[in-house]
Amino acid sequence: MGIVLAVFAGFALALVAPWITGATGRATGWLYSLVPAGITAYLSTFIAPVAAGETMRVAYAWVPGLNVDLSFYVDGLSLFFALLITGIGTLIFIYAGAYLKGHHHLGRFFAYLSMFMAAMVGLVLADNLFTFYIFFELTSFASFVLIGFNHDEAASRRAAWQALLITKAGGLALLAGFLLMEQATGTLQISAILETGEAIRDHGFYTAIVLLVLAGAFTKSAQFPFYFWLPNAMQAPTPVSAYLHSATMVKAGIYVMARFHPVLSGTDLWFWLVGGIGAFTMVLSAWLALQYTDLKGILAYTTIMALGALTMLLGLGTETALKACLVFVLVHAFYKAALFMVAGAIDHGVHERDITKLGGLRSKMPITFGAAVIACLSMAGIPLFFGFIGKEIIYEATLHLDQAALFFTGAALLANVALVASAGLLAIRPFMGPLNDLTSHAHRPDTGLWFGAAVLAVLSLGLGLAPWLLDSAILAPSLSALMGAEATPHLAIWHGFNLPLALSGVTVALGVGTYFAWTPMRQSAPFRALERWLGTGLDNGYDHAINGLLATATAQTNFLQNGYLRRYIATILGTTVAVVGYTFGHFGFEGPVLSFVGIAPYEWILSLLIVGGALATLFLSARIALVAALGISGFSIALTYLMYGAPDLAMTQFLIETLTVILFVLILAALPTLSEVASIGHRLRDGVLAVATGSMFTALMLAVLNQPFENRMGEYYMQYSYSEAQGRNIVNTILVDFRALDTLGEITVLLIAGFGIYTLLRLKRSKTSEKVEASRASEQVEQLS
Amino acid sequence: METLLAFVIGALVAIAVYQLQRRDLVRMVIGIVILSNAVNLLLFTLGRMTRAEAPLIELGAKLPPEGSANPLSQALILTAIVIGFGLLAFSLVLVYRAYRSLDTVDAQDFVELEFDDA
Repeated sequence: MGIVLAVFAGFALALVAPWITGATGRATGWLYSLVPAGITAYLSTFIAPVAAGETMRVAYAWVPGLNVDLSFYVDGLSLFFALLITGIGTLIFIYAGAYLKGHHHLGRFFAYLSMFMAAMVGLVLADNLFTFYIFFELTSFASFVLIGFNHDEAASRRAAWQALLITKAGGLALLAGFLLMEQATGTLQISAILETGEAIRDHGFYTAIVLLVLAGAFTKSAQFPFYFWLPNAMQAPTPVSAYLHSATMVKAGIYVMARFHPVLSGTDLWFWLVGGIGAFTMVLSAWLALQYTDLKGILAYTTIMALGALTMLLGLGTETALKACLVFVLVHAFYKAALFMVAGAIDHGVHERDITKLGGLRSKMPITFGAAVIACLSMAGIPLFFGFIGKEIIYEATLHLDQAALFFTGAALLANVALVASAGLLAIRPFMGPLNDLTSHAHRPDTGLWFGAAVLAVLSLGLGLAPWLLDSAILAPSLSALMGAEATPHLAIWHGFNLPLALSGVTVALGVGTYFAWTPMRQSAPFRALERWLGTGLDNGYDHAINGLLATATAQTNFLQNGYLRRYIATILGTTVAVVGYTFGHFGFEGPVLSFVGIAPYEWILSLLIVGGALATLFLSARIALVAALGISGFSIALTYLMYGAPDLAMTQFLIETLTVILFVLILAALPTLSEVASIGHRLRDGVLAVATGSMFTALMLAVLNQPFENRMGEYYMQYSYSEAQGRNIVNTILVDFRALDTLGEITVLLIAGFGIYTLLRLKRSKTSEKVEASRASEQVEQLS
Repeated sequence: METLLAFVIGALVAIAVYQLQRRDLVRMVIGIVILSNAVNLLLFTLGRMTRAEAPLIELGAKLPPEGSANPLSQALILTAIVIGFGLLAFSLVLVYRAYRSLDTVDAQDFVELEFDDA
């Protein structure tokens, strides 16, 4: 029960936030942060039991017929991510309150933000594939409204739309993958799927499942070639970037891969696809980051780099690699969320994020500066900081691979060199040097604006000095869940003089060199080309794809729905005839033996009159003759009813036919005659469709008539008409007694039609008709003159 | 007779579909009338036809005579005839109104006028 509350507390806050924010004033951020803080505190109580090897599960039947439960599962891995989400969420809530202080949509913002947090917590704790999927989609939706929060800016709307389209497309693939997973394992329960061992890997669907699940994970976690939405998502207010794009939403894809790692990994397909794409994304984005001068641009691409690294480690799959993955999730969340908050504080104080225009801010915002330096030292992997430990384990993991060790170590080295340079840019450029015109007017940030960054900086430093604190409480249970086997990891600050340490040294040295070569390198042709092709290039490709889609939709709409009724009729009837024709062709057509024996002469005559009258309407052009022909057909139908035991029908039909003729005569007198203008070809085309449709009706009728007749309903009414409804005319008792409400509805329809007719006749002239009147008048004037 | 009516109905539908595709709005309305007649006849036929008694209960009796016509399809058709007339009257007045406003009963002109406005 508590777990359900922990998930839905965020949704509850989302519901009330828009209404109460006006009353909370300056304390809003601090006040609301009590919700994530409370969830964090509650979830912390699980740390000890989970570390002791326990797991918790709650399930409520949701759609029992489909085995869909609302169920949650706490194990090492889900607890690890849930704590990260709510812990960082607490800091972000405080930060957002200060960053958006006085914003007229602050309440709405917190509603979105806590909805997002709740969806994320639900996602990582979900224990049913459908629950999981629904929360996954909810995070996409919450991210959409958060990225597009400044909805009066076109760039925000585009970025929001783009993120939504890409992550939703991935979400659909994920759903398909989940359904196949259920086929392979026979259950929707995630904790049960994780127990199935080789069931998925041995199943014929394995390749499809991996590809579909990865499509969901790669789009969500911004892997090549889908990563371009993430830099665009920087249009969001900075608290959103800090939360969604450092610690949480983009980690949802990582979580998907991690959650199903025990049952999907361990094959060559997984190793090369996940490891390879991850490594490629990591290196590419690390160097792309150096092409940008916008603080958030650099942060966005280094975030993609981190996601690439995490993906790569999940692909490699050794115990060291998975340990490195978990440690790096924490390392990255701590320094990246801190740096986003720093970037936001700078933007807030200076209204500028271009590092070539900033400088000297260390004196204006000393605490922010301190936090930024510590975060960047961690990001660069300098000893004594948490990032150093993360990087050491990554090198250790890639060096000890059985295959392609050199390749992955090289990739990690290459990416880390660029990362060191980026860290340098972020820590030094805005803060060092002299104050300039822009920065000298910077104002000191509020407590809320530096608080979160400071806390995270302390964590980056503290865990760098005492990493073993994580060993048994956090890392062991999460790593065990990730591997699907018992693990006892140990983190140490010092591993002795070894190859990873040497690589770290090389990384820092090359990184510093890159930092100093930054300006000429950034402007050199190859790097510009890299950005043009793989930065904005992919983004433009997205535009082309969307425009192509829209153009196709427009062309299709213009073709199918061109405003001419005959096109719609042709589309609808043509499709129906084709489908029915195919069904008959496929399953065979069984009609009765065609026999016209026993049909009386007058029946032939009536049939001929019915068809003949209708047929005549095709050839007559005088309006009055048309009406007469129509009347012949209608009255003959009435006679048919009369002869086959339906006097009520005949009476009604006689009445209605008479009214119809009168109505036609009255109105047609006022209307002009229009001669047929369609070409022979068009008429032939219309005729073919008409005959095809008519034949289909005949064929369908014959097929139905060939079936035995089942008349339980009719017999029921015959049986009870007198005893229940006290009526001798059974048709009447059906209409006014058994189905009286339907008849009331019918009368209402007629009444509405009557009102409609009255209104149409009394209608004032519209603008269009005035225009027509005017043009008619001017034509007359022209003719006169 | 049911078999024969299957062909009659097919012919009516074909004529109605052809009329519905004319540019002349009056012919379109005629198409609607023929189509609703065809559908009523279709319901009647599929309720099975007998040259039998009407579904009426004689005075003193509690049940209709054995083998009398199916009342269910008749009830359905009765509703359909009336509703069909409502539709017809409304469509005809709409055509009339459109003619008064736009000075044409040609569907082609309607589309062009609409695009002019946009």
